[in-house]
Amino acid sequence: MDEKKCAGCSSNTTTDPRYQELAQVIEQYRDMEGALIMVLHRAQEIFGYLPEDVQKIVAKELDLPLSEVYGVTTFYSYFSLKPRGKYRIAVCLGTACYVRGAAELVSAIEKELGIKVNDTTEDARFTLEVSRCIGACGLAPVMTINDDVYGRLTPDKIPEILAKYE
Amino acid sequence: MERIKLTIDNKPVEVEAGTTILEAAQKIGVHIPTLCYHPELRLEGACRICVVEVEGLRNLVASCVYPVADNMVVKTNSESVRRARKTVLELLIANHPMDCLVCSRHGECELQDLSRQLGIRQVRFTGGKRDMAVDESSHSIVRDPNKCVLCGRCVRVCAETQAVSAIGVANRGSSSIVTTPFNKGLADGPCVGCGQCINVCPVAALREKDDTERVWGALHDPQAHVVVQVAPAVRAALGEEFGMRPGSLVTGKTVTALRQLGFDQIFDTQFAADLTIIEEGHEFIHRLKNNVNLPLITSCSPGWVGYCERFYPEMLPHVSTCKSPQQMFGVLAKTYYAERANINPANIFSVSVMPCTAKKSEAAREEMQSSGYRDVDAVITTRELASMIREAGIDFANLPDSEFELPMGMSTGAGTIFGVTGGVMEAALRTVAEILDGEELPSLEFQQVRGFAGVREATIRIAGQPVRIAIANGLAHAKRLLDSIKAGEAEYHFIEIMGCPGGCIGGGGQPLSTDPEIRMHRAAALYRQDMLKKVRKSHENPAVKELYRSFLGEPNGEKAHQLLHTHYQARSRY
Repeated sequence: MDEKKCAGCSSNTTTDPRYQELAQVIEQYRDMEGALIMVLHRAQEIFGYLPEDVQKIVAKELDLPLSEVYGVTTFYSYFSLKPRGKYRIAVCLGTACYVRGAAELVSAIEKELGIKVNDTTEDARFTLEVSRCIGACGLAPVMTINDDVYGRLTPDKIPEILAKYE
Repeated sequence: MERIKLTIDNKPVEVEAGTTILEAAQKIGVHIPTLCYHPELRLEGACRICVVEVEGLRNLVASCVYPVADNMVVKTNSESVRRARKTVLELLIANHPMDCLVCSRHGECELQDLSRQLGIRQVRFTGGKRDMAVDESSHSIVRDPNKCVLCGRCVRVCAETQAVSAIGVANRGSSSIVTTPFNKGLADGPCVGCGQCINVCPVAALREKDDTERVWGALHDPQAHVVVQVAPAVRAALGEEFGMRPGSLVTGKTVTALRQLGFDQIFDTQFAADLTIIEEGHEFIHRLKNNVNLPLITSCSPGWVGYCERFYPEMLPHVSTCKSPQQMFGVLAKTYYAERANINPANIFSVSVMPCTAKKSEAAREEMQSSGYRDVDAVITTRELASMIREAGIDFANLPDSEFELPMGMSTGAGTIFGVTGGVMEAALRTVAEILDGEELPSLEFQQVRGFAGVREATIRIAGQPVRIAIANGLAHAKRLLDSIKAGEAEYHFIEIMGCPGGCIGGGGQPLSTDPEIRMHRAAALYRQDMLKKVRKSHENPAVKELYRSFLGEPNGEKAHQLLHTHYQARSRY
């Protein structure tokens, strides 16, 4: 096996600066308890999602079975195994938001962007996701776009909001 | 230790603190149904089939994980318990394909047993059925996630007992599945094909790759000369498939059944086990005298070899270059036997009956064609042979005994004990000690190497020298042993590793059982067989001596190396 390339993929892990950053992150957390979650969290920040080769590197470096890493990355909705758009829309489907019409918001966004939940637009601009309660029930129904929060939403406000994100 | 008194179904019971309700109930003969529970695995408490009512508690509790407390009053058959248990089972069944009539586990399925036991006559729920691809990438194991009940026993045995973790639980909630990373084929990951997951699977979500049709095909082909070899551990377990007591030795009945099935020549893997001892014994003596690549580690167990290739590639130079008995037999069937019997090896179809699923992958390894042909054409497990015997309508339990054919059916007691942990070491010591000491051993039983502890070690004096040996069974124990060697905490000359708990008798192709004691019964049967053998030392097997005289030449000689030895390669586990 070519040591410069990671197991089972063709990404060149020595020249791509993202892999160097990943290596530093792993060094930082290696001996800490709960290192896996921390490393995956940072890895997703670096790569935007958690590609297969990144999960393999994390498993190998932390000496964990890949099945365990994969179990964690597929368990938490925060982690994504697919590339995501520049803007990540998350519609809260917590109870308060749900009873105040969050499902209609999801439909409106799906219609506006022409994608389904967990998909990314072809121009890689938006990814639509749903989330558990984010603790902003007073503003229900709520959605976030990256770090921006929008509350007291109705479907008719959707096109205007999305238009702000280029 | 603190003692706890409680009552279960109005029966008083006293147990140690920390005991679970389930264990306490078992102690007084109260049967609580279980599914995700397995006596040899970490507790999970996932399936809720074992719920019971505890007086004073608002909710039912899972008895497999709930510890007893003083004066606890437990009811295992109250109205709420019965209702909850049925609902839990109905919900499990609602997601199940329910194709019992054509299922490989029909009649041997814990879900079916539970349904019968709880008297389920209708399922009130309609659940989503999974529609996932059946994974047939492995030569050894077929994985059908559609039948999975998510008990997690396979995940635990693969991680805890075998330290492989080829499969895990992915996703969350109702989307949870047991799968490989990225849903790839088992063959793409670290799976070594040991089949322990099959042995603990309550349903048919994991099963061996079925090779019986290929064997039937050969048996029905008038051109094919079908030879079969039978591994030692098979004769100590096959009877269980036909209602015989665990530990029944069915060597003679197995031979008769194979003859009735139409095999042309019925031979014994134990012959090749004796041969392995001659080759491996000389290999050991050579390494010991020259102090190279010590410790020598045995290579009979393909689960272990596959594990070493994936997890400890740096230890590969220590693994004996001897092929396993199955593969030694395979190459000789199409060379030595073909020559003697004057049969064109191209017409020989070589079958082996093994307690093992990894043997299927071993036979399929690219290099295993030293005879010029595929050395072993088909490998069937003990369970698959049982299914062939059933299909042929043979009344196995009442068969008369008969004998293996000569010369490759002749074997010693040393070859017999190959099937149990410590047996290869003991067989090797019987031969190595006599060769090096130059005199007959006063006693053939090496009690130091027997038993079931995960790792055992001993020092044996051979020719005045202390020889340090170790034995591991189950890959997690092998890992522990190898790590201690790598850390410099232990040093040995000779190590036996078998991939499965108890050795081959606990192999992934053996009759299904959730009783850990069953392995002891099977081991006892093999040790009994050893005692009954007239010849109990591999180097005294007259058929093996004749093989060297007329065909192979010297042990470890050129021809022996060409036919009986092999090489290994590091493999990725990702």
